Amino acid sequence: MRHRTFWILVSLAAIAVAGACNSRSDVPPVSIVPEGGGAAANAVGATGTSTVSGSITFEGEPPAPETIRMNSDPVCVKEATNTETEYYVVGDGGGLGNVFVYVKEGLSGSYSASGETIVLDQQGCRYTPHVFGVQVGQTVQITNSDPTLHNIHATPAVNAEFNTGQPIQGMSMERTFDQVEVAPDGSPMVPFKCDVHGWMNAYVGVLDHPYFVTTGPDGAFDIGNLPAGNYVIAAWHEMLGEQTQNVTVGDGATANVSFTFTAG
Amino acid sequence: MRWLHFYLRFVVAASLLLIVAGGLVTSTGSGLAVPDWPNTYGTFMFAFPFSQMVGGIFYEHGHRLIASTVGLLTIGLAVWLARIEPRRWVRRLGWTALAAVVTQGLLGGITVLYFLPAPVSISHAGLAQIFFALVVSLTLFTSPGWRTGPGGYGARSDPVLARLALAAPAVIYGQILIGATMRHTGAGLAIPDFPLAFGHLVPPQWTTGIAIHFAHRVGAVAVTAMVLATAGHLLFHHPGRRELTRPALLLSALVLVQVGLGAWTVLSGRQVAVNTAHVAVGAAAFAASVVLALRVHRERFADAGADVRPASSDAAEPIAGSEARA
Ligand SMILES: [Cu+2]
Repeated sequence: MRHRTFWILVSLAAIAVAGACNSRSDVPPVSIVPEGGGAAANAVGATGTSTVSGSITFEGEPPAPETIRMNSDPVCVKEATNTETEYYVVGDGGGLGNVFVYVKEGLSGSYSASGETIVLDQQGCRYTPHVFGVQVGQTVQITNSDPTLHNIHATPAVNAEFNTGQPIQGMSMERTFDQVEVAPDGSPMVPFKCDVHGWMNAYVGVLDHPYFVTTGPDGAFDIGNLPAGNYVIAAWHEMLGEQTQNVTVGDGATANVSFTFTAG
Repeated sequence: MRWLHFYLRFVVAASLLLIVAGGLVTSTGSGLAVPDWPNTYGTFMFAFPFSQMVGGIFYEHGHRLIASTVGLLTIGLAVWLARIEPRRWVRRLGWTALAAVVTQGLLGGITVLYFLPAPVSISHAGLAQIFFALVVSLTLFTSPGWRTGPGGYGARSDPVLARLALAAPAVIYGQILIGATMRHTGAGLAIPDFPLAFGHLVPPQWTTGIAIHFAHRVGAVAVTAMVLATAGHLLFHHPGRRELTRPALLLSALVLVQVGLGAWTVLSGRQVAVNTAHVAVGAAAFAASVVLALRVHRERFADAGADVRPASSDAAEPIAGSEARA
């Protein structure tokens, strides 16, 4: 019996060593170059003069923000400028912020990624912005403005997971996403979290076109330069999920779409 | 040999502390707070400043530090055994413990680099228990009580006891693996109420999480029944065998506490201290069941009757340490 145990453990060790040798490299590769156009969408995506605008409203009394206790890291206590949860950012007129509004259906052709770099900053032990969008292949620059350590851990369902440390203030790195990923089937957009500071989280929506926007506390949004057509517009909120509406917009026209979210 | 035995008791204590530290990593969700391995944020592990052990790093890096210490202690153990232990199988067990702790470290590293895949994390949890049981067993094998040989009639004369004593650690280990699966698939609150499941005896709806969670509750009933049956059997048929009744009673107490901690874990919404205590007491119960099984089957070991030294009064008080520590 003890001989068998011994050999089982020895084989386990051998397997583990073999596994470890493959995985010693410091950081798993995450940044994959986008493939250009998909097979079905080889035509260049059109732009136009149409606009979809509207507002997101929260109906009822939003849950009060909670104060985050940051005392597991004294640096955060010192650096923090905002210690309240950002789940419900509701403006004076009932506008709902941090809602990701985007064109879900109706576009055709492929849109090349914007050359503009999106910055995700870690400051005061929070992510800024909290909710944002990015195009497939567009560069996200992740920076650490804090004199403490953060790990940036993205947990996508479709794209490649990554977890990278930024132990030093001023560190910066760039990442791209190579697959469309926006709240598929009721799951969240791509979550970012810091496992050092459990309260730090952010969400990114990855799209293959530039027609998206995140609302501010006034809840207003404006998606311009669309070609005329029929669209499904979606609005996603981290606690309240996604709503969609159909809209038709003509050349040079502005179509109005409004969403109302309620608690629960 | 006496010093080696005390050294082993220390290793047992350090290993239990390590299990607590590892349990804390999962209970606090800090498993990926240090993204790299074996370095910590690009710094050699032992050079990483204490002042930077903030937030989740405190648990993850602390776990790595304690683990390295236990690894070094185990190297010392294997070498010490190799030098002074006359029984070849005990020496081999020392090397096995070393192989287990090295493998354990590698599993820990792999699970970090691959973002905590459940099979790897569950293996890491399962091997932790085997390592702990190994060092507890070695503590038993080097104890004066063990070396004076079987204290009386053993497993061969009571086949029911023989089977119960072997089944208990097997059932407990199975239960621990189900528990580890529950922890590492995030199913700890898949059934939010206790003792009922969604107000029913059996869950009215099923998901993978609910199934794993419910299996752990069924397992708890099985373990409790098995352990109480073993203790009852011993108390009824062998009340004078204190070296058996004591670990059996300790095991029963641990299992009852463990059921309470499990319920408390659910009802408290996985409060970190409660949840981690549940892991530690589980390890202690498994080790106690292994000690009991080994003592029941004492006469089957190669060194049975080998040590012909007259039993001292010390030795008649059999090994208080290993099970009390476990
Ligand atoms: Cu952080």
